[in-house]
Amino acid sequence: MWKFTLRRIVTMIPQVLLLSIIVFVLAKMMPGDALTGMVDPNVDPNTIAEKREALGLNDPWYEQYTRWLGGVFQGDLGQSIHFKMPVSELVWQRIVNSFWLSAFTLVLTYLIAIPLGITSGRYNDSWADRLITGYTYVGFAMPIFIFALVMLWVFGFYLDLFPTGGSIQPGIEPGTFEYIMSKIYHMLLPALSMALITTVSTVQYLRSEIVDTKQKDFILTARAKGASETRVYNRHILRNSLLPIAAFLGYEITGLIGGSIFIENIFSYPGMGQLFLSSISLRDYSVVTSLVLLFGMLTIIGGLLSDIILSLVDPRIRIK
Amino acid sequence: MSEPILEINHLTTSFRIKDEHYAAVDDVSLTVNKNELLAIVGESGCGKSALAFSIMRLHNRAKIEGEIKFKGQNITEFSTSQLNALRGKDMGMIFQDPLTALNPLMMIGDQIGEILLIHNKTLSANKRKGRVIELLNKVGIPRAEHVYNQFPHELSGGMRQRVVIAMAIANNPELLIADEPTTALDVTIQSQILDLMKELKEESHAGVILITHDLGVVAEMADRVAVMYAGQIVEIADVYTLFENPLHPYTRSLLNSVPTANEEQSKLHVIQGVVPSLQNLPREGCRFSARIPWISESAHEKNPVLHEVSPGHFVRCTCYKDFHFPDGKKEDKHHVIS
Repeated sequence: MWKFTLRRIVTMIPQVLLLSIIVFVLAKMMPGDALTGMVDPNVDPNTIAEKREALGLNDPWYEQYTRWLGGVFQGDLGQSIHFKMPVSELVWQRIVNSFWLSAFTLVLTYLIAIPLGITSGRYNDSWADRLITGYTYVGFAMPIFIFALVMLWVFGFYLDLFPTGGSIQPGIEPGTFEYIMSKIYHMLLPALSMALITTVSTVQYLRSEIVDTKQKDFILTARAKGASETRVYNRHILRNSLLPIAAFLGYEITGLIGGSIFIENIFSYPGMGQLFLSSISLRDYSVVTSLVLLFGMLTIIGGLLSDIILSLVDPRIRIK
Repeated sequence: MSEPILEINHLTTSFRIKDEHYAAVDDVSLTVNKNELLAIVGESGCGKSALAFSIMRLHNRAKIEGEIKFKGQNITEFSTSQLNALRGKDMGMIFQDPLTALNPLMMIGDQIGEILLIHNKTLSANKRKGRVIELLNKVGIPRAEHVYNQFPHELSGGMRQRVVIAMAIANNPELLIADEPTTALDVTIQSQILDLMKELKEESHAGVILITHDLGVVAEMADRVAVMYAGQIVEIADVYTLFENPLHPYTRSLLNSVPTANEEQSKLHVIQGVVPSLQNLPREGCRFSARIPWISESAHEKNPVLHEVSPGHFVRCTCYKDFHFPDGKKEDKHHVIS
């Protein structure tokens, strides 16, 4: 098990390196650089050229890349041009916010998906199932940014039940109970908006797993043992159907990254997704490259997590 | 002497296909006695498995008419919880494919233990484990302690079928239904499994229904044989009578399609055509007539019924009297050696 995990982590290294090269080169290929638009137009172009030379922006890309990579290894992701602070510090603040939002969304996703998927799969072709599958189709068809806007308008403005932006009410002492409640209160609407849309694939997946498992021979064996319907479901059908769902968790994390970019912007939630979009429009490349690298690494880790979970829960894929 | 465990009277199991009911098991009556092995034979699609599933009431959406009397009680009127109390305790079932009949995520010990737990909630975990190990030993699984903690995919097909059998006999059922228990296994394992079943039957005096399409298995195992065709029983007799004096054209054709070692024969008999599908079953007349077209219409009965030709030997339809093989082909003689 540990050997397998270690091997997977080792194979991740070239993946991450390749990713970092692509990210870096792409950022370099974008028009403009850190000095474009940041400098007073009245400054002598020669001074700008000197500055560019001094910052090493005229060096070949691989030299710049190795310099940048060396910094990354030391935890130095560069300086944010817009925020005038180290990227690592900037990102760290946002990571915490994004982490809690994602975790909350994930919990909500499963809280919605599991009961709906089970109902839908167990009583397939009933009216309840049709209602649930109807919802999943709507969820698939609805872009998350439209749905989030509708939620924001209905619950944030029209009904005025939730805050429409930020992650915390100003002026609350960190660490108090009130502080935590305020955080949750601010997260609820964005998390729910995202969960209601991202959950539909899990609902459908779970439904088809259950419908599939129901017809397996070993379910017949269980019935022939005299097992009650509850027992057949809890001990035999559900466990076998939830297994692939559990393994899907890692990939779910990947999906959350994409979703959070929209959600955080719509709800003005100070997380990485919001930072990402604003950095792009501000041409704050050091932040953008750091974030893309981070998102990429999270995706790779998500895949690894799925493999590990699957090998833990499914005895057939136990790795020695 | 013979004490009936199971009595089936006019059982009809039908399935709904597009607003119409089609009978997969059509007016079947039979009895199984204590310590008796009744074999049910027929081609695929004859309703053998449908009959077995009807007895255990395992069909999901089937209409069941008629009577299934188990130890004198009509279980067609039983509620689900009453049936659950019966299944796995008084009635055990062995399935066809051991590769899919076991839950892939449960350890062998837990799967066998479950059937003990369901029917005896008071049994302590320790005693349960002891009983499971005992069962594993009984069905001839070596290193039972080790297998207890193994998962199905770690065992071979034959071993898994032994586990399925251990499960079926866990609560010493009085009726054991084996639905083609050896079909999915290779020949050497087949004979081991059959020997095991024979042994267990002799030990427990249970009534056994063995569903098979292997006449060799029938000859070796059965006390009585029911031949099914297209949902109906066409002939039923004790095993000696059936092999010495088969009457129904279908039985005779089946027996004649088995190669024999002691007689020279140029070509095996082939039964023309296939079993009609559920929706295409002839509604009246002899159902086998379409597959023996060289026999004249007048030989068949309009509404074939079972005729008792000698005590305990029933044959459906009168066509058996005029039946002969085409081209004056010689009929093999089969003997049951025991």
